[in-house]
Amino acid sequence: MPLPEGLYCLMAEFDRPGDLVRAAQAARKAGYRRMDCYSPYPLEEAAEAIGFHRDEVSLVTLIGGLLGLVAMFGLETWIAVWAFPVNIAGRPYFSWPAFVIPAYEWTILWAGMSACFGMIALCGLPKPYHPVFNAPNFRNGATSDKFFLCLESTDPKFDVAESRSFLEAQSPLSVVEVEY
Amino acid sequence: MATKDAPVTNPMIDPVTGEYRVIAPGHTFKSVTDKVSRIVLTSHTPIGWWFGFLLAGSIVCLLMVCMSWLFVKGVGIWAVTIPVAWGFAIVEFVWWIGIGHAGTLISAILLLFKQGWRNSINRFAEAMTIFAVMCAGMFPVLHLGRPWLGYWLFPYPNTMNYWPQFRSPLMWDVFAVSTYATISVVFWYMGMIPDLATMRDRAQSKFAQFSYGLLSLGWRGSVRHWVRYETASILLAGLATPLVLSVHSVISLDFSVAFMPGWHTTIFPPYFVAGAIYSGFAMVLTLAIPIRTFYHLEDLITIRHIDNCNKVMLATGLIVAYGYSSEVFMAWYSASHWEYFMMWNRMFGPMGWSYWTLITCNIALPQLLWSRKLRKSVAFTFIMSLIINTGMYFERFVIVVTSLTRDFLPSSWGTYRATRWDYGTFLGTLGFFTFCFFLFIRFLPMIPMSELRLMLPGAKVREKAEPHSSGTPVPEAGD
Repeated sequence: MPLPEGLYCLMAEFDRPGDLVRAAQAARKAGYRRMDCYSPYPLEEAAEAIGFHRDEVSLVTLIGGLLGLVAMFGLETWIAVWAFPVNIAGRPYFSWPAFVIPAYEWTILWAGMSACFGMIALCGLPKPYHPVFNAPNFRNGATSDKFFLCLESTDPKFDVAESRSFLEAQSPLSVVEVEY
Repeated sequence: MATKDAPVTNPMIDPVTGEYRVIAPGHTFKSVTDKVSRIVLTSHTPIGWWFGFLLAGSIVCLLMVCMSWLFVKGVGIWAVTIPVAWGFAIVEFVWWIGIGHAGTLISAILLLFKQGWRNSINRFAEAMTIFAVMCAGMFPVLHLGRPWLGYWLFPYPNTMNYWPQFRSPLMWDVFAVSTYATISVVFWYMGMIPDLATMRDRAQSKFAQFSYGLLSLGWRGSVRHWVRYETASILLAGLATPLVLSVHSVISLDFSVAFMPGWHTTIFPPYFVAGAIYSGFAMVLTLAIPIRTFYHLEDLITIRHIDNCNKVMLATGLIVAYGYSSEVFMAWYSASHWEYFMMWNRMFGPMGWSYWTLITCNIALPQLLWSRKLRKSVAFTFIMSLIINTGMYFERFVIVVTSLTRDFLPSSWGTYRATRWDYGTFLGTLGFFTFCFFLFIRFLPMIPMSELRLMLPGAKVREKAEPHSSGTPVPEAGD
């Protein structure tokens, strides 16, 4: 696959979270869909404004937890009943109450690992290179105190001149073109 | 009372609520970021850091010597023998694990309860958890006698056709502690990803940019990522909460499943968990107070934090006191000769001094925390945290050692006197813990910047204007 080139997005920088949220709402209302917001801390309102409501992290975690539960309880049962049956003070081979605790721990272990690594994978990370880092002002502010709205060039409604004037009407600090 | 009708002059007191502020007024996104990241990104390492680091490092060398000698000679260099087969090693294992619990409590349980003040202290409380669990994890392995065979505890296919035995609480311990260590590291690292991205973007040297870039996985603060990140944080907090309660419960089962008088009691799981949180908060304060003074973080780790930690200590201390009284009551109410003797021996036997030290440090002195004035005194709190840490050490000492010295048969009674290797190993783990902590505060952001930004007045989107009112933005609170 050839490397994409040309314009990736138009990026507007804002000083305050409220400005970003209002700009994102306006962009969505104007018909833009392929866009993203960048903020230095979790900003739920911005995610809602660009129409991102549902994430699959909970589902991944549930599946992970159930797998951990089944894996450990199954392993214990297999070991105690078939692989290495030992008579411990006359207790039954299948002494399930004792098996609950390691199975409980592994449910948490697998669910926790799934939550973390599932989140990372669903975000498409690790991704050391991304076009937004090419914006000259992005790294200066996106992870400390500035808020960014990015209208991607692949959006059917995107037009460089028109989108730029749209963004400039949202009273940003600046609007820059970001190349791949 | 701190707030009378007189006008409030102290800027750290919120005039509306009369409470101490969580963050000093006047901070902005930028000032918070600067303040926290500068500690790490400065090329000038404070001389005090070097002093502490080298001192802790030399104590780590002592730990290495103690461990090497242990590997050469075996556990006989410690004072463990019959009847006290569980000596300092197990006391310290339980003590260290307990200290770790406060970190998880702060990072997980207080997150679920939406206690915003935890945000400034949660990162280093979690770091404390991880280092404490590392120290704790050493002891059972060193205590094995043949530590190089420690991996036999894990179920893996082997040529001996041998598998572990899952009916033993010691086996449960392996899974509880290893899960706890793993989840703590995962939670800590995940919470740090956005801050590592901040460090990457602010670092000046190529090496720092590369290292933080690698660790931050290319985080760019997309709000889609933030939504997933928040979900994962809440889920991890929800998972870590039952985990932390189970870990010390499982450890207490190591004792209470045995028939030993003084061990065989049902109060152990809740009382161990409360004690763990008690000692952990004490350790959080022991660490936080010098760090906030040394790095001038008084406006991020405020009197409010110290006051709240003191309140948690007071509450958990009372639960622990209830545990002790329940033990005494049950010794009498059980009408068991052995239980009765065990309690008498604890209080008035040859090691009675340790019981009374424990009562003084854990129950009597902490009652001073009822005083609002003392709770807000930094120096007093620091001393109190050291007292409680000592008290909690003696609690485990009393449980492990005094119960074992005199069991059912007087002919099998013995005594216990720790050797220099016992003390050396304990001191060594204290050094190791401090050593790791020095590295942490020098190379990683010790206060979560992304979470602090959430606490600032400008962070909230209060006024939702119409999508069309793009001309004049509505001013927001705190702007």
